[in-house]
Amino acid sequence: MASLTLDGLTKSYGDVAVVKSVSLEVRDGEFLVLLGPSGCGKTTTLRMIAGFVPPSGGSIRIGDQDITRLPPWKRNAGLVFQSYALFPHMTVAQNVAFGLEMRKAARSEVGPRVAEALRLVRLDGYGERYPRQLSGGQQQRVALARALVIRPDVLLLDEPLSNLDAKLRLQVRLEIRALQQQTGLTTVMVTHDQEEALTMADRLVVMSDGAVRQVGTQSDLYERPADLFVADFVGRSTMIAGTVTAPGTFRSDGGLVLTCPASAPLGPATLALRPERLTMGLAARDLDNHVPGTASFVSYLGAMLDVHVRLNGTDHVVVQIPNKADGLAPAVGDTIEVGWPASACLVFPREAA
Amino acid sequence: MMADGRFAGRVALHGVAYLTLGFILMPLVFVTWLAFFAQEIPSFPPEGYSLKWFGAIANNRNFVTGLWTSMQVAIAATMIGLVLAVPASLILARRQFTGNAAMSQFLLLPLVVPGVVMGTAIYVFQIETEIATGLPILGSLGGLIAGHTLIVIPWTVRLVTASLAGLDRAAEEAAQSLGANQWTTFFRVTLPAIRPGVVAGALFGFVTSFGNLEMSLFLVGPGRITLPIAILQYLEWKIDPTVAAVSVLQILLIAGAMIITDRYVKLARVV
Repeated sequence: MASLTLDGLTKSYGDVAVVKSVSLEVRDGEFLVLLGPSGCGKTTTLRMIAGFVPPSGGSIRIGDQDITRLPPWKRNAGLVFQSYALFPHMTVAQNVAFGLEMRKAARSEVGPRVAEALRLVRLDGYGERYPRQLSGGQQQRVALARALVIRPDVLLLDEPLSNLDAKLRLQVRLEIRALQQQTGLTTVMVTHDQEEALTMADRLVVMSDGAVRQVGTQSDLYERPADLFVADFVGRSTMIAGTVTAPGTFRSDGGLVLTCPASAPLGPATLALRPERLTMGLAARDLDNHVPGTASFVSYLGAMLDVHVRLNGTDHVVVQIPNKADGLAPAVGDTIEVGWPASACLVFPREAA
Repeated sequence: MMADGRFAGRVALHGVAYLTLGFILMPLVFVTWLAFFAQEIPSFPPEGYSLKWFGAIANNRNFVTGLWTSMQVAIAATMIGLVLAVPASLILARRQFTGNAAMSQFLLLPLVVPGVVMGTAIYVFQIETEIATGLPILGSLGGLIAGHTLIVIPWTVRLVTASLAGLDRAAEEAAQSLGANQWTTFFRVTLPAIRPGVVAGALFGFVTSFGNLEMSLFLVGPGRITLPIAILQYLEWKIDPTVAAVSVLQILLIAGAMIITDRYVKLARVV
């Protein structure tokens, strides 16, 4: 168990840089998630940590040891793949024992440790089966046991839940998180699923185009997104294009004049609003910003309603309201007053978009 | 109407399938039948049945040594063909390099070139090499095996490459992350996974080599003949059912090899 440090890690194929100087510190026992759309460089970063992709520049350290040039088999990293990657010709027990065998562990030690690892993933008694006789979720747990049994310095998870069906995914992600906390393993997981990332991580790293956009906790990313990309990628936002004309004043391209935090820099900007921070009806009148509009679309989400409100020819917002049985659900075409406090405005200079 | 059309279609399909199967099996059936005819000159209907032609094989030196040579050559050529094909397939299936596609086609070429042409070419090559180096190549067992290796390679490369294409590379990476170096990974993970392709490639290579006549004609030396050549030579003088009996033995040998192989590797899944 140890910390993991990436320092200026870079990967280029010819002129194309797929990972651009990524520097990260994963603390001992921390669960870090690399989150981003496909092609953002998160998987390449993970594969560099595992040793399958040689970096073009920068370094990787586990604790104090520089592992940048070490081959995968000398890194002591436990790896779990999207496809599980079990050895089809070996039994579950043989799969789990493989890493111990490679480490020349004593025969008397292998049996108990394999049994312990299988018990950890709740698969005791499955040792003699072959992978093809197990369900997807069970195979995934074998893969996890196989990675854990070698007591790795870091645990690397490459989209481990993508091949599971939706219901199982919810269960397995809690299991993985519980196991990680129980073992105290320094863990890096790659995913494109933000909900998965938000539920499992201690800290998250949002990547796009090979670069780190923001590193932080769930609330850091949601409440204080570093740029428009993060605001758009993590959670939902509606965007209003315009200009910050004076400190604390935003004029939209559609002509709305809105109050925003005074810290927003002057110049062309995009204003992002989280749907649940907006209010409708009479209560809206007391807020910093209140604008009349027309409901253009209402989507029923069960516990919540999404109300799309057109404010003028250019600007529109989405308001999320709880679905209360008070008969106040707006209908398409209704005139609605929408309001929100200045603090709900996330303003990003246009260049950054 | 619809159902009738579909029924007629199915009948036609089955008809064609069984007709084709019959067409393929007919020579085998007749050769086997002929091998048990009692009379020396094959004619229908048979005058009686006998096992004496099988006994005649053992008394014919050409057939016995031919069988032995063919076995040696086919086994050696198959082994060498595999040792060459597995690394070649790994490179072809996994590395992107200029000429990759051309190289794949090149390795399949011995399937396309007529045996007589290839025999002539290798014959000339071996003579020239022998003149240049003084090494006794032409007519030697080694020279014959070298030629046969060439016709084994397309089968082994083809089938091993096919099974590599279906292999999840993540399993190999998992092995490496667990502490296995490249060699251990290859022998513990890759090779077991492509075993069906290796076994099937070996089988087809063996059968191709064992049955080869045209190329072998150019490469055998005095006193060293293969079984197909022994059969050909015998047929030049006689047409008694001994030849049929030898063929039956050959059919049994190959069928046996296929059945044994199929027990370990389901051939239908690979080919």
